[in-house]
Amino acid sequence: MTLDAFDHEKSARITAVDWAALAEDEGKRLKALGVDEGAEVSVIHRGVFGTRDPLAIRIGRMTIALRRAHALAIEVEPV
Amino acid sequence: MSRDDPVRHHKVALVGNPNSGKSALFNALTGARQKIANYPGVTVERKAGRLALPNGESRELIDLPGAYSFDAASPDEEVTRKLVHGEFEGEAAPDVLVLVLDAANLEQHLVFAQEVLELGRPTVVALNMVDLAERDGLTLDPAALSEALGVPVIPTVAVRRKGLPELAQVIAEADAHADEDAHKRWHLTLPERRLAAKHMAKGAILSKSTRHTIENGIDRVLLNPWIGPVILFGLLFVIFQAVFAWATPFADALEGGVGAVSALVTDTMPESFVRDFLTEGVLAGVGSVVVFLPQIVILFFFILVMEASGYMARAAFLMDRLMAGVGLSGKSFIPLLSSFACAIPGIMATRSIPDAKDRLTTILIAPLMTCSARLPVYAVIIAAVIPSTSIGPGIGLQGLVLFALYVAGIVGAMAAALVLRRTVAKGAASGFIMEMPRYQLPRIKDLAIGLWQRAWVFLRRAGTIIFVVTIALWLMLSFPKAEPGESQMDASVAGMVADGLHPILEPIGFNREMSLALVPAMAAREVAVSALATTYAVDAADEEVAAEGVTDKIAALWSLPTALAFLAWFVFAPQCISTIAVARRETNGWKWPVFMLVYLFALAYVFAGLTYWGAVALGL
Repeated sequence: MTLDAFDHEKSARITAVDWAALAEDEGKRLKALGVDEGAEVSVIHRGVFGTRDPLAIRIGRMTIALRRAHALAIEVEPV
Repeated sequence: MSRDDPVRHHKVALVGNPNSGKSALFNALTGARQKIANYPGVTVERKAGRLALPNGESRELIDLPGAYSFDAASPDEEVTRKLVHGEFEGEAAPDVLVLVLDAANLEQHLVFAQEVLELGRPTVVALNMVDLAERDGLTLDPAALSEALGVPVIPTVAVRRKGLPELAQVIAEADAHADEDAHKRWHLTLPERRLAAKHMAKGAILSKSTRHTIENGIDRVLLNPWIGPVILFGLLFVIFQAVFAWATPFADALEGGVGAVSALVTDTMPESFVRDFLTEGVLAGVGSVVVFLPQIVILFFFILVMEASGYMARAAFLMDRLMAGVGLSGKSFIPLLSSFACAIPGIMATRSIPDAKDRLTTILIAPLMTCSARLPVYAVIIAAVIPSTSIGPGIGLQGLVLFALYVAGIVGAMAAALVLRRTVAKGAASGFIMEMPRYQLPRIKDLAIGLWQRAWVFLRRAGTIIFVVTIALWLMLSFPKAEPGESQMDASVAGMVADGLHPILEPIGFNREMSLALVPAMAAREVAVSALATTYAVDAADEEVAAEGVTDKIAALWSLPTALAFLAWFVFAPQCISTIAVARRETNGWKWPVFMLVYLFALAYVFAGLTYWGAVALGL
């Protein structure tokens, strides 16, 4: 399941990230923020007007905003 | 700088993740006397100040751009990487590094910290914002962290000056050993660093309550898909009101001040070329730009509060979807919003956009936002040709036209962004990945320093580039001197330029007076009003009386299609030399400002023409 489809406010573990689907700088930025295989994350906010884009995710003690395009490249499993 | 020792540069640098409270610590360590400049060759801000050491000596302290990693993903991170590694041309590596960590976010910040420590340079750690960590229910053990990292760790609260003397002390000690060779540490991979960070954070946290952070609660409201945008637009409405209403008395006072100085010069100096140069060139020119200072200060006050409180990232989050529609991201929203007051601070604010193509696009469309300098032009023309009739309860025709002009600017900007992102600023779909900082109460001192710096940058610009250009324009308007009975405008170089322009502008309905007014209005749009006043020989002392006189003339002499074409022209035309100058500075060359001039004038010409011919065809 991708992070985009995962339940709201439930903990998920990242099992795989399709780095090829992301621009190089975006991949670097996500990695630097700790969004990488093995990390535990949860989706806590969704964007406006029914598009549900972008999303805010919680990782550790940080909140990170990213787009659905990124969340679609992130495979997760329930913890 | 170093006179006694060629190796030492007496330089200390703050380095750390974004949102580690670095800038607040920098303000607390250096005070208000800071030097702001650009790093050579890039538009990344270099902030420097003086740090007093306990032994009475002082060091240059620089605040490096925040970085998540040395594997640079933005121009900011590239500057930090090069500088810390001593690879920056024209800027020596610092002797001591002060690593700033957010005490409440240790596990994350310790990842980059290890990368910095691997360099083996003299380093001390500021465990910053320990008060916020306590608010989140964390109790930390600095000694354990110091042991794990192998460098001194000082708990600090920048805003309350807690831990600052201790920090200065360990910096001085590290500085004393700065001559020793670097002991590079073992290089770890990113997963290894993450694992180590996790262990170190665990070891440094004495106790942790499961109390929820206040962010969750606030974000539930501010990021709510329905309430969030309503709050944001409410806030924007207040900002707009403030920018236009609160600034007026100050702007009037400034204008009066410039007028008084000008009158003083006129009274005390004999009539001469030098006197005209001072009053009509220098004072009028710089004065026309400086009157925007109050608006800019008020606008930046709100922007700084939004940034310092952590709300700015939320505003970007809320606006991202809308901006993504035209190929931009939420980060372009604030620069574009600022441009409604003035494109100059707007273009300056694009520095916060990490993606180069996004930033370029935002700079290129910023002048399309209806800045406050357009208002005098719009007001005069609308008052002259649009009847003040009501077309519904509370809706006047004049107000509706003004609103339409604002909308035309926004729509034009969005359309231009769409096209630019697919042509000259083509690139991968812009991403939007950003950390949402924790909420914080902004500190008065940090706000004051930030405001002062922005006002100073603006004034310095008004005093240099804008000054020179205004003078050049004045010279064009003043020479050669008119024969008796001939108007100065007609005789001048500017008049000749206008004569050359007129055949080009005639097809889109512009009369000769309008062509004439456009030349001095290159300095600033609102000058068009006083220029029209001059050509229609309206004899008036100040702008308001001039505006009234000119309104009558326009009402009598211009056809409706002509007036509408003139309004359409000003929606698009880049009639502001200061904007061009700032765009040159922010893009590091003439290529993009020239492109901006060409595409905006082309749009202005086409849309003024369409308006004119459309209005004529409709029989208006």
